[in-house]
Amino acid sequence: MADSIAPIVAAEEKLQQQADKMETDKMWIIMGPQHPFSHGLWTLKIKVDGEICVDAEPIVGYLHRGWEKETENRTYPKIIPMADRLCYAASMTYTHLYCMTVEKALGMDIPEKAKYIRIVADEVCRINSHLMWLAAVGTDLGNLTVFLWAMREREYFLDLNVKLCGARMTTNYPRIGGVRNDTTELFDRDILRTVDRFEKALWEIIALMDDSSIIVSRMKGISYITREQAANVGLTGPAMRGCGVDFDIRRDDPYDNYDKVDFEVPVLTEGDSYARYMIRTEEMFQSCEIIRQAVKKIQALGKNAPYRVKAPSRVPAGTHFMRMEDPRGESLMYLVSDGTDKPYRLKVRSPIFTNVSSAKLQCQGVRIADVPAVLAQIDMCLGETDR
Amino acid sequence: MISVVVEYTSILDFIDFNGQYVMDNAYYPFEDVYNLPFAISYGLWKIIGGALAWLINLIFPENPVSDWLMSEPVCVLLSLIIFMLIVFIVVFVCTLISLWMERKCLGRMMDRRGTMVGMKGFLQCVADGLKTFMKENTIPKKVDNMTYMWTVSLVIGVSVLLACMIPLSQRWFVVNYDSGLLIIMAFFALAPFFILVSGWSQNNKYAMIGGMRAAELMISYEVPMLIMIATTALLAGSFNIGDIVDAQYETVWYFIPQIIGFITFFFCATAESERVPFDIAEAEAELVEGWQTEYAGMKWGLIMLADYFRGYVACAMVTIMYLGGWALPIIGNGPIPEIVFLLKTWFVFFLMILVRAALGRVRPDQIVNIGWKVFMPLSVINLAVVLLLKVGGFFRWL
Repeated sequence: MADSIAPIVAAEEKLQQQADKMETDKMWIIMGPQHPFSHGLWTLKIKVDGEICVDAEPIVGYLHRGWEKETENRTYPKIIPMADRLCYAASMTYTHLYCMTVEKALGMDIPEKAKYIRIVADEVCRINSHLMWLAAVGTDLGNLTVFLWAMREREYFLDLNVKLCGARMTTNYPRIGGVRNDTTELFDRDILRTVDRFEKALWEIIALMDDSSIIVSRMKGISYITREQAANVGLTGPAMRGCGVDFDIRRDDPYDNYDKVDFEVPVLTEGDSYARYMIRTEEMFQSCEIIRQAVKKIQALGKNAPYRVKAPSRVPAGTHFMRMEDPRGESLMYLVSDGTDKPYRLKVRSPIFTNVSSAKLQCQGVRIADVPAVLAQIDMCLGETDR
Repeated sequence: MISVVVEYTSILDFIDFNGQYVMDNAYYPFEDVYNLPFAISYGLWKIIGGALAWLINLIFPENPVSDWLMSEPVCVLLSLIIFMLIVFIVVFVCTLISLWMERKCLGRMMDRRGTMVGMKGFLQCVADGLKTFMKENTIPKKVDNMTYMWTVSLVIGVSVLLACMIPLSQRWFVVNYDSGLLIIMAFFALAPFFILVSGWSQNNKYAMIGGMRAAELMISYEVPMLIMIATTALLAGSFNIGDIVDAQYETVWYFIPQIIGFITFFFCATAESERVPFDIAEAEAELVEGWQTEYAGMKWGLIMLADYFRGYVACAMVTIMYLGGWALPIIGNGPIPEIVFLLKTWFVFFLMILVRAALGRVRPDQIVNIGWKVFMPLSVINLAVVLLLKVGGFFRWL
């Protein structure tokens, strides 16, 4: 029996050798650090076999500025404006996360009103960040109109930031023990109007993106990631929920008052690039819903409700961590304090640093033209990745 | 020795080209009818010809050189050069206007202002031209220098040549071939070859992929486009541009019988001029600037200008083949057919701007799919419809 198979096996091996000989050379293409697709300063090396990408390797670290080390020389309140600089698009969430970490270390509770104001500010920040991402997706797919329309909508939410705390991007708004100031006059009216307006405008952008078969066909059915792969590689945030993992820290491990607002967590099981795109669009609608509820709660609390309590300057020795749902995924801060007024160590877990390590998984099998469109779903922000 | 001083009035008086008075192209021969545009074009020619003759008389009086300069072959050459220059300048200005139009209209569609440099933004073209002109001419060390230079010259040259092959009206043209549309298509199809070679010569991976994609793009749109040109020629009975326009004036504009062809050809023309959604050869998202990556300064500026030349020619082809060229339905040629032609061309260009504002970029493998599985069958269906119409006797056989 074995003898009769042997010649066939030998012939197959020979064929295989011939096929190996005919194999074309693979080529490394280095995209970045200065490249239109890398929204920020990072490099993606892709190995291509003809048009198909077979391997990818992200290189980050060009923007490393020793953020974690710098915090060790600053008192706790002075780290708040630094936390703004972690990510230009999601400054509010990082400041919020830092304040929550220190509050947890201090074991203090903050006023109800501050919690709701933080929720509103967070969701405005989330919409800001997602619109920034939508703009980037538009340019990566070759449509500049989406970019400019998304940026136009983002402007309204930046104006809301100005109304709330006087700054557009680096807000420096949350404080340890609450928020810096109460909501300004007519802020609730403005935010409700903006949200109503935004929902209509977002449908216009969706009409431009989702109704265009070209743009949908660029994203649909490529770069599949299964639930298990997503979990193994450490994907978090909208990218993970697009792969079918039903997990959102706002719902499953609520911080502040997220357990008192009612919202849905969009999850899609398709796992392709388009699903990851859809999640973020849907999240923007959910954010609008959260903002509406939170604003109502703030109005119900009345004008004179406290929004900040005094916090001690020294944090008792110990280790504490806090995590939250950043617009891009799960961000975490790990604080080691030695009882002085400065942290001994402050570690930041950046969602993108982990998400971008899935570049190989995402890029395998897609064409060169799709690499920007696929990696846009990570929503790169180098400030927090390199810290 | 007594020499007879010959006073030449105009060098243009000498031209008798192939038995046809070449200047018939420039002005209407009936001078007794006073008509401002005709008078202007006629006067322009007289002034140019007279000025040259005066210069020749001034510099070489009573001289054999003067006789040689005023001999017929030299005069024909000179006047043709002048004529081509004028047509080139007209096309150049048209291209700049379409460039400005794109910037402004695209800006409005994207909810921004567009360019704002002088004259409602028109001077931005001048500013861009000056800027690219002033820039240092950098040539990367690793490029294949000869190939790098001649390919880009040819890409630009072929595009400019194309622009000059488009007539503005029955009287404004440089060449009048019986195979007009075919010649234009032939020159259109030349550029991608040079782009392919140029992409290779730059020793840059992005440029090489861009060049390959230009070739990929060409094989996907060229065949359906030629079929549709053949269809139009079948309908009109001629490849000659003037004949096609005349035929449309006599029957109907051809976008009515071949509406499928019009839409398909419009998208093929978009691909031909490498515009969104088919600008895969210079897809700036993944290939930095595609095949143009290593070209800097004036070379890049000229490449961009050549792109708009090609865009203008593609729009002009759509106008000639489907929108009746310079003729209007009842009026016919009218007093200023050139303006009618340009307005129609700019309308087609406006449609291209709309497409660019609304759509994203397709993938290279998708464009081959679109070309062979959508455009190709549609163009054949269009041909079948036209054949049926012809056989049914709706359009006369020529």
